[in-house]
Amino acid sequence: MKILVCISHVPDTTSKINFTNGDAEFDTNGVQYVINPNDEFGLTRAIWFQEQQGATVTVVNVGGPDTEPTLRKALAIGANEAIRVNANPTDGFFVAKQLAEVIKNGGYDVVIAGKESLDYNGGMVPGMIAGILGYNFLNSCTGITVDGTSVTAVREIDGGKETVSSSLPIVLGAQKGIVEEKDLRIPNMRGIMTARTKVLTILEPVEAAINTKAVKFEKPAPKSAVKLISADNLDELINLLHNEAKVI
Amino acid sequence: MSILIYAESAEGKFKKVALELASYAKKVAESLGTTVTAVTVNAGDVSELSKYGVDKVLKVNNDKLAGFTAKAYADVIKQAAQKEAAKVVLLSSTTDSIYLSSLVAVALEAGFASNVVGLPVSTSPFQVKRTAFSNKAFNITEINTDVKVLALAKNSYGIFESASSLTEEDFNPTIGDADFGVKVVSVEKVSGKVSIADADIVVSAGRGLKGPENWGMIEELASVLGAATACSKPVSDLGWRPHGEHVGQTGKPVATNLYIAIGISGAIQHIAGINSSKVKVVINSDPEAPFFKVADYGIVGDAFEIVPQLITKLKAFKEQHS
Ligand SMILES: Cc1cc2nc3c(=O)[nH]c(=O)nc-3n(C[C@H](O)[C@H](O)[C@H](O)COP(=O)(O)OP(=O)(O)OC[C@H]3O[C@@H](n4cnc5c(N)ncnc54)[C@H](O)[C@@H]3O)c2cc1C
Repeated sequence: MKILVCISHVPDTTSKINFTNGDAEFDTNGVQYVINPNDEFGLTRAIWFQEQQGATVTVVNVGGPDTEPTLRKALAIGANEAIRVNANPTDGFFVAKQLAEVIKNGGYDVVIAGKESLDYNGGMVPGMIAGILGYNFLNSCTGITVDGTSVTAVREIDGGKETVSSSLPIVLGAQKGIVEEKDLRIPNMRGIMTARTKVLTILEPVEAAINTKAVKFEKPAPKSAVKLISADNLDELINLLHNEAKVI
Repeated sequence: MSILIYAESAEGKFKKVALELASYAKKVAESLGTTVTAVTVNAGDVSELSKYGVDKVLKVNNDKLAGFTAKAYADVIKQAAQKEAAKVVLLSSTTDSIYLSSLVAVALEAGFASNVVGLPVSTSPFQVKRTAFSNKAFNITEINTDVKVLALAKNSYGIFESASSLTEEDFNPTIGDADFGVKVVSVEKVSGKVSIADADIVVSAGRGLKGPENWGMIEELASVLGAATACSKPVSDLGWRPHGEHVGQTGKPVATNLYIAIGISGAIQHIAGINSSKVKVVINSDPEAPFFKVADYGIVGDAFEIVPQLITKLKAFKEQHS
């Protein structure tokens, strides 16, 4: 089984979000980058398939040379090889188009992508890859098993969950649940050493239409201060929620 | 040319997000000088949509679509959009609609913006405001394609009435076997409880509650308010509450009218998921808890004393106002 895990390189969750160049660009100054959490769950699940079912795991990122440490980290966690598509990821469709090309040429059976990335939160890429390739697609997966030529997954639905099955190849939108947070792999010294010798292939991007572009960023307006209510005056809270906020 | 919305329904009733989407579409249609068409799937009586400005409904009734299947539903929406020569296709941000929207965008070769908050900033060029960086910022996105697909963030526009005279039309899109490559084996819904996705009020609690045995009062408070229950990440990691309740950056986003946070510190990752809720109430024993910085109303005190009293008082309030 050949698995491809799509890795998005995102600002660490505690990063200060600022913009430069007339609010047209994200300010990367002092920002720490990490593997997108939803992708990290996908990567760990893929490593389990590698260990238990002999799968090979390739990780891929669309990004500039600055994303290579993130790919090396994925290799240190256990991926067999890495691919970087050398392009600035301009929008979801552009990224999906590049990934679809990699998938077509690599013949992967299972493609795992996080259901959304924590920078632009688009939630677009996994579905778009599936749409472009005509592959089956399962989103918001909280459990995945692959058996020969078919996959069974649990996915979240509003107010519950459902179990679904599909043939391969497939694109999976992953989230927490496919593995637990405590089971996430942390690179160890041996992993870090061997990662250095693993293959990281750099591919040039294919043409893709620019359907959307980010023209400007804004920060939310500053919030007014909290109204503190004394713990022995809960009637006041109810009054405010009813008459002022009008939410009860 | 028209605007097409996918009006989501469950058990023959439109979801609230569908009515919000219709209200939003009506406004966009006005600024573009066009009409609103809705496509529905096994929705039963669709007349309710006429209250929210929908001019025409394409009704799809097909037993094959009884369960949600993304590919097939996306195919239905694509064909409806083509039939109506829709230039703007709108979806909501429910789990199912998020699942659909990127498939629809690819099928229509359309530029796609998700998590849209508010009306287009401009229609020529077509620019919308969407959330980014886990609600820590907004991004103005320009869509350059002829057809545009937008997914509206929940509770970001509101529901507004606007009467229209509705035409209904049966619509039979072609759906083939290839649409059903993914098969639903079983569905498990939590019954008798308000789900976070549908709730107007969410009562959420964190590690300050000390253990799962103390969630009785949280459930009771939620039930008095007709609210859904939620929790912080460590609470679901510890197995005190199910994963589906974990809200935040890595959990579910919550965009409700009222979010009550009890014994939750207000770490940046938690706030990221609840920022777009309208009114936030925080109960925490630590006056320095970061949550107070983003709250509208706050009470400094012990949850174990405050919550039971609040339940009693709210019960009395509800009785008076029912
Ligand atoms: C990559 C990453 C992603 C994350 N994603 C999320 C996420 O999506 N959602 C999320 O919630 N967290 C997330 N976290 C974790 C987050 O950083 C915090 O650890 C978490 O939100 C803290 O949960 P808590 O407030 O319940 O617990 P604590 O931090 O332990 O805080 C408990 C609070 O309860 C108060 N308290 C204690 N006793 C009482 C009492 N008797 N009455 C009233 N108040 C009391 C305390 O004053 C304290 O403020 C993430 C972390 C990382 C690193």
